[in-house]
Amino acid sequence: MKQTILTAIRALLVLTFVTGLLYPLVVTGLAQLAFPAQANGSVLRAGDKPVGSSLVGQAFSADKYLWSRPSATAPFAYNAAASTGSNLGPSNPALAAAVKQRIEVLRHADPGNRQVVPTDLVTASGSGLDPDISVGAAAFQVPRVARTRGVAIGEVAKVVGECTHPPLPGMIGPAHVNVLCVNLALDHVSVRP
Amino acid sequence: MNPVAILECGLYLVLLLALAWPLGAYMARVYTGESKWADRVLGPIERFVYKLSGVKPDVQMNWKQYAGAVLAFHVFGFLAVYALQRLQGFLPLNPAGLPGVPPEVAWNTAVSFATNTNWQAYGGETTMSHLTQMLALTTQNFVSAAAGMAVLVALIRGLTGRQVADVGNFWVDLTRSTLHILLPLSVVLALLLVSHGVVQTFAGSVSVHLLEPVTAADGKTVTEQVLALGPAASQVAIKQLGTNGGGFFNANSAHPFENPDGFSNLLQMLSLLLIPVALCFTFGRMVGQPKQGVALLMAMFVIFVPLLALTVASEHQANPVLTALGVDPAMGNWEGKEMRFGITSSAIWATATTAASNGSVNAMHDSFMPLGGLGPMWLMQLGEIVFGGVGSGLYGMLVYAFIAVFGAGLMVGRTPEYLGKKIEAFEMKMASLVILLPSASVLIGTAIACSIPAGTQPLGNPGAHGFSEILYAFSSGSNNNGSAFGGLTVNGLFYSTAIGIVMLIGRFWVIVPVLALAGSLARKKIVPPGAGTLPTHTPLFVALLAGTILLVGALTFIPALALGPIVEHLALH
Repeated sequence: MKQTILTAIRALLVLTFVTGLLYPLVVTGLAQLAFPAQANGSVLRAGDKPVGSSLVGQAFSADKYLWSRPSATAPFAYNAAASTGSNLGPSNPALAAAVKQRIEVLRHADPGNRQVVPTDLVTASGSGLDPDISVGAAAFQVPRVARTRGVAIGEVAKVVGECTHPPLPGMIGPAHVNVLCVNLALDHVSVRP
Repeated sequence: MNPVAILECGLYLVLLLALAWPLGAYMARVYTGESKWADRVLGPIERFVYKLSGVKPDVQMNWKQYAGAVLAFHVFGFLAVYALQRLQGFLPLNPAGLPGVPPEVAWNTAVSFATNTNWQAYGGETTMSHLTQMLALTTQNFVSAAAGMAVLVALIRGLTGRQVADVGNFWVDLTRSTLHILLPLSVVLALLLVSHGVVQTFAGSVSVHLLEPVTAADGKTVTEQVLALGPAASQVAIKQLGTNGGGFFNANSAHPFENPDGFSNLLQMLSLLLIPVALCFTFGRMVGQPKQGVALLMAMFVIFVPLLALTVASEHQANPVLTALGVDPAMGNWEGKEMRFGITSSAIWATATTAASNGSVNAMHDSFMPLGGLGPMWLMQLGEIVFGGVGSGLYGMLVYAFIAVFGAGLMVGRTPEYLGKKIEAFEMKMASLVILLPSASVLIGTAIACSIPAGTQPLGNPGAHGFSEILYAFSSGSNNNGSAFGGLTVNGLFYSTAIGIVMLIGRFWVIVPVLALAGSLARKKIVPPGAGTLPTHTPLFVALLAGTILLVGALTFIPALALGPIVEHLALH
């Protein structure tokens, strides 16, 4: 009995050292050597100024920008220090109310738009930090963005195309558009990783 | 289901089997001490660990000594996790300056990680310091998984032993599972994940300038985005491989820094079922009849594939409430899902993470369609044996195999046998304990929570869906899964305490009877198969086994499921 307890404590200490200390330290060391940009948050810089992460979305509400998906983070959208989804169930009246309000905002910003509303543009993502929207959600917004900026639709569509990721080996996951990538390019901000 | 979704599901299962087969063979060699590669490279470290821990690797244990070692190890593991959380405010590696974790959450988390559940009553980036994440949580991710594998190996020794008392040495099985299997796989996976953007740093956060300022709830203008960082990749790798599931960040693998793209998602989905599937091959090799392991695996697939299809098909359906508001009916259910993974990958993940007792999520299950949430919920309620936790899934499955041969034996009036071992009254008593207690704690826990304000106040959704949140919570805790219908606020006193208790029941009320089974089986002689022996590697047995599991699972849980997801489904349509 006493022997078992002593062994348990010693084994826990040794295994804590190996798996809880050595392992994360070694992985951190190798990661920082081999993949420094990715290991530190894939931060995008304009000159010396960090302007975002290529993996984390930002909120947009101006008509001249492509809008991201709704975000459930508090106390403001796309708070990357407190990720969360809405956790609203499909039958929850609060979900229907939120979606209704989002549709109204979208319609109000672009009254002439007769396209059906893309689902991802009115539903919150799981993390509240989704950097991407669907190709359909981008196409829905391109006329508004082009009109506000006074440029040709084709010009905005071209930028969207450059920021579109195809599905993995052509089949896994939908094609998706990185919103921050589009908006930085539209503002002619050149970034480097 | 559309053809692309079917193709994606098929590709996933094929890749999974292709990776699990060689790993299963390797693990069998590790446990029988025949792996030369492992011995040459990791042997010196292994012997050093024994020396420092005072372990004599040649000493054999009977089942009671083995169970004593398992329990002692977990008690101190629990105490360490609890203490580190409470004291983190005074300890280093706390760049965000987080205070000590409140006692009820610290208790819940300590139980959760020591039982391989990884139920999270907290948000990682806002609660746990880097030191706690590493020393407490990452360590338990390894050792709780390794302990599950050790108990399985003890049960296999019970099945193969010939009239012996010993079932192995827990410290050796624990150390080998950690050093030879979990650690090398985790290092490789962690680095692959970092290469795609999973963060791995000791910095607390980095601030970036927003392109367009946003207004906070209190009216203040926010011009900077604070990106929470940390040593995430090392924890994400073992959370998947060890069927732990506890995320570094609150949003778990939906967070872009835990799961940045389609490739990292595929890797994590494969690794969360990899070891449970591979252990079926390990089992076949260790008992000297590979077909026996394949039969158990087939029974798992027979249950898994239809529930996978149900979940994927449900999530590709549009929410009729949103369709009525003018939302595109062709896109499926996107609330709580990430665009880069898509509907199919989110639904495959949900099914795989609940089939395994993993519990990590890449989409919010609470926002799934009612039947999309039913599939994952029922997979947990079946006892986490369809793949299940590393080790724990297969030992649970073996218990069901004993029940299946017992049922068949009753029908033809013969003493039932499994792999030549007679299954008698003692074995059936232990098997009944393994199945009854976790099921009872799901239903009784749910009933209590439904009838007191402390149980219903924290609900995030009204009506039938609220009931589903409670049922899901107790199913997840009692079966050591750890995923949640996250709308339920679970850091209060009632849920922290109650879920903590059912997690303990779900883990140790199973482990102790399983080790007793191992001890009892080891003492029996192996009877050569005769004309009246039921072969346990045939399609007939696969059907019998799957049927037994589904029958028990349906009789126990369909009434409760009818009150939650089924009512909600009918109300929505």
